[in-house]
Amino acid sequence: MTTATQLSRTGEQSATRATLSRRRSSATRAIPATTMLWVLAILMAFPLLWFLLSSFKGGGELFSYPLSFLPRKWTVDGYVRAWARVDFLRYFSNTLVVATITTALTVFFCATAGYALAKYRARWLSVLSLFVLSMTMLPGEVILNPTFSVVLHLHLYNNLFGVILPSILTPTGVFMFRQFFVSVPDELLDAARIDGSSELSTFFRIMVPLARPIMLTLAIISFQWRWNDYIFPLIILNDPQKFTLQIALRSLIGAQNIDWAILLAASVISMVPLMVLYLVFQRYITSSDIGTGLRD
Amino acid sequence: MDRPAATLIRPRAGAPVRVKPRATPRYTGPALVLTGGVIALYALFFLWPGVLGLLYSFTSYHGYGPLHFIGLENYTSLATDPTFYAALGRTFIYTVFSVPLGYVLSLTMAVALTNATAKGKSAARVIFFLPWLVSPIVTGVIWRWLFGENFGFVNFIIGQLGGHPAPWATNANLSLLVVIFASAWAGAAFNMLLFISALRNVPVSLYEAAQLDGANAWQRFARITIPAIRPTSLLVILLLTMGQMKEFALIQALNNGGPGTQNQLIVQYIYTTGFAKSQVGYASAASMVLLVILMAIALVQIAISRRSES
Repeated sequence: MTTATQLSRTGEQSATRATLSRRRSSATRAIPATTMLWVLAILMAFPLLWFLLSSFKGGGELFSYPLSFLPRKWTVDGYVRAWARVDFLRYFSNTLVVATITTALTVFFCATAGYALAKYRARWLSVLSLFVLSMTMLPGEVILNPTFSVVLHLHLYNNLFGVILPSILTPTGVFMFRQFFVSVPDELLDAARIDGSSELSTFFRIMVPLARPIMLTLAIISFQWRWNDYIFPLIILNDPQKFTLQIALRSLIGAQNIDWAILLAASVISMVPLMVLYLVFQRYITSSDIGTGLRD
Repeated sequence: MDRPAATLIRPRAGAPVRVKPRATPRYTGPALVLTGGVIALYALFFLWPGVLGLLYSFTSYHGYGPLHFIGLENYTSLATDPTFYAALGRTFIYTVFSVPLGYVLSLTMAVALTNATAKGKSAARVIFFLPWLVSPIVTGVIWRWLFGENFGFVNFIIGQLGGHPAPWATNANLSLLVVIFASAWAGAAFNMLLFISALRNVPVSLYEAAQLDGANAWQRFARITIPAIRPTSLLVILLLTMGQMKEFALIQALNNGGPGTQNQLIVQYIYTTGFAKSQVGYASAASMVLLVILMAIALVQIAISRRSES
């Protein structure tokens, strides 16, 4: 009896000691990995942070040595001047119109096509799938003049829809949905058919609700792409009243002498809506498994 | 690898390997309705510009009036155009240096985020992702500010350490280096996501066995991780290469292809030729050459990844 108790007590003690030492060693083991992680995080955050802090320095402090990390005197003067110089409300609303409409149409058309490519079999569908795939190898951004001519033919030059329509179709979006619907069991579709549901109503009533997470992910990604788009708005919009944010920012850089106080503040203002959107929805983008294979 | 991206490496996956008995032409109607939008968009904004571009490339078109066909003249002029070669060469240099940097940065970030012992991973993940939100134009402005020649932070630090301020804007190579840093910074988050899911799929037992055999962390990384994530590595390299070859907005904001035109990349060459100089036919020929190069790069990389899989 006694021996057994002693034995078991020794066992417990050694177990506790083992846990303790394991805990201590896991803490020491965490040091190199944690250091590497945070050195990287600081490196990635630094350019943004330096930019943000600089935007609160006065025009004089921006160009006087020695530089200091935090503004010596905080000022929003750059922001006030940027807001007065750049018609932000107009550019925000133009960009919002382009990004929202394009995103809605992108999600819709990519979902329908992705579903058809996943659930129907026909030779022409596999050809279509290859055609859409070829868009990744032959990017439209390099054939600028012909795209411009097409937009001109469609009477969409200098029109926000001239920017919207060419950017709706993205191979990434189509293949995201195709991949998702391939994973939805065919039995579900068969059951709906037996119940007499038509193909389209099966899609809209059963499949669309299932695909909601993918829709949200593509929506956020597409919104970011379109908010930050540069090349199509550049060639298609001519009237400054119709410019999107990025084109308006570019005109501040194009000036002979850059007014950095205005440029810093204007750039920060242009990023605010996306940052807010990201902080609200970040788990839909950074949850890694849906992130696979996304790139435009 | 049943991911959307995998189709890029293995387009065969998209084609039906065997026709299932359920395949019936009954559903042609709904399939047409569902794909109609994409077919129309593809035809209007991909096929039409593509065909038009090929057509223009055989003409001396200047943006208005009838098309005047000149045969292969645009292509023969391109073959002897030093500006075209300079832009193409600069684009290759840019790609050759920025792809490895982007690859290493995004893989390192993914490894750091998947490490079991590291602390503060969710906060770090949010930080790693912030640059992805920044537009190419603003990215250019941010890096131009950081590497300013006179009042930039980097030159200030170099000065504090007793060095000579570097000519980040007036030296073409240094200026390109800043663009390379900026593009790696801006593009890392997305490739990091690809690597994270690849790293999660490496069996833990492999690492445990290696550890028992006395392999250190670096050996485990080089001998287990790198071979295990090879398909993803190839995909990331392909995506990075295609993206870098068509860089435009970032460099426009950062140095506008300068100093002078020394850092003019190929898409900017096409843009300047086609719009500022209105040489539409000539610019279209340059676009066609670029498309052929891009397709060749993609096909070579797909061939490599196919061979490594079999």
